[in-house]
Amino acid sequence: MNKLILGRYIPGDSILHRMDPRAKLLASFYYIGIIFLARTWQAYALLLVFTLVLIGISKIKLDFFIKGVKPLLWLILFTVLLQIFFTRGGHVYWQWGFLSLTQYGLINGAYIFMRFVLIIFMSTLLTLTTPPLSLADAIESILKPLKVVHFPVYEVALMLSIALRFVPTLMDETTKIMDAQRARGVDFGEGNLFQQMKAIVPILIPLFVSSFNRADDLATAMEARGYQGGEGRSKYRILKWRTKDTVAFILMGLLTIALIFLR
Amino acid sequence: MDITFQNVSYTYQPGTPFQGVGLQDINVTIPSGSYTALIGHTGSGKSTLLQHLNALLKPTSGVVKIGTREITPETNNKHLKAIRQKVGMVFQFPESQLFESTVQKDIAFGPQNFGVPIDEALARAKEMIELVGLPANVIDKSPFDLSGGQMRRVAIAGVLAMQPEVLVLDEPTAGLDPVGRREMMGLFEKLHIEQGMTIVMVTHQMDDVANYADNVIVLEHGRLAKTGSPREIFADPDWLTEKQLGLPTTTQFAQALSRRGFIFDQVPLTEHELAALLAEQLPKKAGRAHE
Repeated sequence: MNKLILGRYIPGDSILHRMDPRAKLLASFYYIGIIFLARTWQAYALLLVFTLVLIGISKIKLDFFIKGVKPLLWLILFTVLLQIFFTRGGHVYWQWGFLSLTQYGLINGAYIFMRFVLIIFMSTLLTLTTPPLSLADAIESILKPLKVVHFPVYEVALMLSIALRFVPTLMDETTKIMDAQRARGVDFGEGNLFQQMKAIVPILIPLFVSSFNRADDLATAMEARGYQGGEGRSKYRILKWRTKDTVAFILMGLLTIALIFLR
Repeated sequence: MDITFQNVSYTYQPGTPFQGVGLQDINVTIPSGSYTALIGHTGSGKSTLLQHLNALLKPTSGVVKIGTREITPETNNKHLKAIRQKVGMVFQFPESQLFESTVQKDIAFGPQNFGVPIDEALARAKEMIELVGLPANVIDKSPFDLSGGQMRRVAIAGVLAMQPEVLVLDEPTAGLDPVGRREMMGLFEKLHIEQGMTIVMVTHQMDDVANYADNVIVLEHGRLAKTGSPREIFADPDWLTEKQLGLPTTTQFAQALSRRGFIFDQVPLTEHELAALLAEQLPKKAGRAHE
């Protein structure tokens, strides 16, 4: 579980760390969107350079990003291979039944690979430089317009921040329960599929039970502190949009124009 | 079954930005048949050390000898069951490990994992319910219907049912009421004396250390700060305060008395000891007051 880098936060002090989380979130989504504009190798080269410069600015080692790709490597390879063998067109290098190795196939495969890597790098960059709670604040702020259509923005934001807050706690709890069951002679990850599934029960049930208890305690504690719902509450963490956030969007705009030129 | 640590170090998540030191260069032996107390302030590595006792964690360097088995950083994760059966471990708030539909089944779960036939495991569960002082009618109840203190007893019974040679306890009385605490501590004392079980206990209750333990290990920042008998450890109150640890109430009271002219040639650890020492000195004091 410790290998997963995506979704973790590394405290730091760079321009990216200090940016407004709303700006970061929107810019990352926008960036992932415009990746699909790229159709030439020049465009991909530009995107790669842009991403690597951002990673450089974040002062986080490139190793982590590469490690972040690793758990998804099989998925990427699978998709790339499908593209390579099933795309037709251009010069045919090799053919066997319905499988063929063609020029377009290879090019498509390379593009798909680049897309995966760029998307994973960018989303990893977002979570590595933004604390989860800031992300929750950002989502709340971005979803605010939906109040018009009676979307429960406040409740969703509250659930999100509580969920994020309890991820590490539940992880700790899981490890603890797993250790306790291991000490009682349970082998995890051994035996056939059925035995492995059976070994999960002694973790799952205690985990659910403790989640119910925790939810109950938390609700009581919140009520005792005067919580009555989202209406009429003030905010402690106030998000501020600064010049650098606007600059980020100007950069994104320039990048879009460059990509359209390189099509 | 002695457990020996030789130059054991443990690092959490090595090679990542989340790296943290758990233990550093620990050399210590927990002798067979001893009642060892493990003390130290929060975050000193007590729980990390505990998890080495049954190979839940493997050292990042050094060797842990559990009986005849040697656990090194290279040790394979398989075939460790034999160790886990001999070293029973009761974690902090062990009630969170219960999951079966009835108390009896939950207690029998451990032994069954170690290959004990179901009938015998269930029979053992029955014995254990009595041993840990639970009423006989809980046997077919769901563990989630019990009170917190009873759940803890069921969890402890589940570990004892494995018939371990070494019992490792991580703050077994945390959050229990005074009666529950006394009964639990009494049970461990009984297992130690009657069955010669080796007991290793992490605790913040210095009174328990003074009353029950015969061997104390003090940890600080993942390093071994001191080992010795409770008398040796509690003989130096200033050192303990410096390590953010306290003295047993009896010893504190004896200190206050010695400032008023009482003389103790050795630190009294238990109430009985203190009472005996006072009984010797009081008549003399009283005599002097008359003159």
